[in-house]
Amino acid sequence: MRIVRRAAAATVLAATCLAAAACSPGTALPAGDKAADDKTGTLQVWLYNEAGNAAKEAVVSKAVAEFQASHQGVTVSVSYIDTDASARAAKMKGAFNDPNSAPDLVEFGNTDLPGYVAAGGLAEIGADLDKWKDKGDLDPAIAKTAVLDGKTYGLPWWVAVRALYFRTDLFTEAGLAAPTSYAELVAATQKIHAAHPDTFGIAVGGKYTFGALPFVWDAGGDIAAKEGTTYKPTINSSASQAGIKRYTDLFGESGCPVQQCADLTGGKTVDLFAAGKSAMAILPNSSRSKVDAGPVNGKYGVVPLPGEKPGSIAPAFAGGNNLGVMKAAKHRTLAVEFAELLASPAYQEQMYDAMGNLPTLKPVNAKVAAKDAFLKPFTDTIAAGTKFVPLDQGWAQIDAQAVIPTMLQQIVTGKADVAKASGDAATQITSAFAAR
Amino acid sequence: MSAPTTTAPAAPPSPSGRRRGTGPAAPPRGRRRPPLLLLLPAAIIMIPLVAYPIYQLGLLSVLDFGQAQASGGVPTSFVGLGNYQKILGDGQFWSVLTQTIGFAAFCVVATLAVGATLAVLLTRVGRISRLVLTTAAMAAWAAPAMTGSTVWSFLFDTNLGLVNKTLVSIGLNGFHEFNWFYDKWTSFLIVGAVVVWHSFPFVMVTLYAGIKAIPTEILEAAALDGAGTWATFRRITAPMLRPILTIVVIQSVIWDFKVFTQIYVMTEGGGIAGQNLVLNVYAYQKAFASSQYGLGAAIGVIMLLILVIPTVLYIRSLRRTGNEL
Repeated sequence: MRIVRRAAAATVLAATCLAAAACSPGTALPAGDKAADDKTGTLQVWLYNEAGNAAKEAVVSKAVAEFQASHQGVTVSVSYIDTDASARAAKMKGAFNDPNSAPDLVEFGNTDLPGYVAAGGLAEIGADLDKWKDKGDLDPAIAKTAVLDGKTYGLPWWVAVRALYFRTDLFTEAGLAAPTSYAELVAATQKIHAAHPDTFGIAVGGKYTFGALPFVWDAGGDIAAKEGTTYKPTINSSASQAGIKRYTDLFGESGCPVQQCADLTGGKTVDLFAAGKSAMAILPNSSRSKVDAGPVNGKYGVVPLPGEKPGSIAPAFAGGNNLGVMKAAKHRTLAVEFAELLASPAYQEQMYDAMGNLPTLKPVNAKVAAKDAFLKPFTDTIAAGTKFVPLDQGWAQIDAQAVIPTMLQQIVTGKADVAKASGDAATQITSAFAAR
Repeated sequence: MSAPTTTAPAAPPSPSGRRRGTGPAAPPRGRRRPPLLLLLPAAIIMIPLVAYPIYQLGLLSVLDFGQAQASGGVPTSFVGLGNYQKILGDGQFWSVLTQTIGFAAFCVVATLAVGATLAVLLTRVGRISRLVLTTAAMAAWAAPAMTGSTVWSFLFDTNLGLVNKTLVSIGLNGFHEFNWFYDKWTSFLIVGAVVVWHSFPFVMVTLYAGIKAIPTEILEAAALDGAGTWATFRRITAPMLRPILTIVVIQSVIWDFKVFTQIYVMTEGGGIAGQNLVLNVYAYQKAFASSQYGLGAAIGVIMLLILVIPTVLYIRSLRRTGNEL
């Protein structure tokens, strides 16, 4: 036994020394070391696999054909990656950790940008974009979401804003017009639910961060405010608390029953509205195809989400996706050129027709708005001013740790009041910004 | 537990020359080489697969290591016990730990109760029934945790689930669109049921083998003395099964303490406001999802230390049964 023990100790010791000498924790070489600028070969592109992706693939394959025709010896290989937040985060981390397997060009959610930049994953493409002929037409507010510390890491490809979808049949029956203030919205939920006990007044979710934030912003609150170089949480300010209360008050008998709605994500609220289960919902323009595919097709209208003040519009979250060149890209110039082609006016318009994604180029936006009245509430919302999450890698942590959903769920389930839950959230937000 | 060692435990010779215990004496000097050689094959496998990852885990846990360090070229820094302080200072960690222990205890007791009952049942029924029961149990055992959890989630779905439809159809209208995962305890109950469903076959098969190994003469003697099923189980079977039971209990404790898939899938990452978090899911949500690998490693080390306790008990009970390690 003694010998066994001694042998084991010796082996462990030997292994420890070996390991200590050989390796520190797995660290990828800086991605830039692997980068190249080959002008031929296969350009690897990752795009999001979205609901109704076939239409997107059709447009993209046209762009691929055009690009391959104008670039001899270049093949464009497009993969569609899972859009679910944790799945795509895992996929992107894999690409960062193993630059050899990384694609050249990726589509990414604009809130992911600071985290990806900190991970050393994205190349700065500001200088390349300065030469792009359509750059001047980019909506400046949207262009800003791809800029971090004065450097540009993405090409805004499309945007999505949320507005209030409502059932015209139920509103007409109840003798109501589309709500123009928060109070009218609440009154509508009560009146419609009273007449149709099986129908929810409005579909909201405890995990629906971007459904809740407009209420916070409308009340004059925010998640955090920039102070010097870092952010300080403001989610527990009295203005924010008022906004949080307005959102969480929608959970209940006539709005969205807590039992059913506490664990809903934004995506699930689309399902509820599309299935005819709720009289209203806060949905992005891109949910249109899904709603049209269900029983409420032709029985709904869209207005900007009203703020508290009658006639005002609650600021929407400027969601959207960018195209970014990976730092480890083997075909840097080609990647930029293909991104510029996908974001060119012709393809932005086709992407709108196919997916309902709002263009980022102002002239294209005006063009599609003119031909499609459906877009008016969304363009009105954008015109009224949009808001964004803190452009900081701390947001990646706040998002991954579900700080905002946890806060909302604690309030709607009665586990904590608004002051306590928002105070806890503020503590976590502070530590997320401090952790960087 | 296949790490081979050489001999049964032998205490160092006491000064008086008497040996304690029943093991043989330490081998004479000339025979000391072979044991080391015999250890080698296991060491070749265990060191890269077990020791090295544990070493890396320990190393990461004292570093400030996130995605920026992993791929962004940002230098890491030694933070000492900073990650541990952060975890142990987090009130949520303690409530999750308590919850994990409670949930694991519930699952262990339920798994054992179900497994033992069915094992006894197996010895009572005819061949066909036994075959059916064993096959059904094996199927549950073989089902991947992911698949099992997803199917059970469908069964208990709020709007379309078979369970709610059935309950409503027999007149229990309270279950119309009842959300099983809204309440902390009903969520834990259902997830616990799935964990038990996945793990009772092991208990059942092991105990069945144990029961079968009990000499029939003893059982016949008990029957002659007028012992019924329950008395036989309590006074004969259970005591004779004790060594096996101990091992099964400790293994279940280790498994159920580490539950991840069922909780993660069925409660969508830990339930409403994190009410159904267990330690493993907490580690994932707190650390890995947000790329705080150093913090996650610290939680991993803490779990490792907690699980060393049942593991030591497990090894001790293995020895007591006379099984060599």
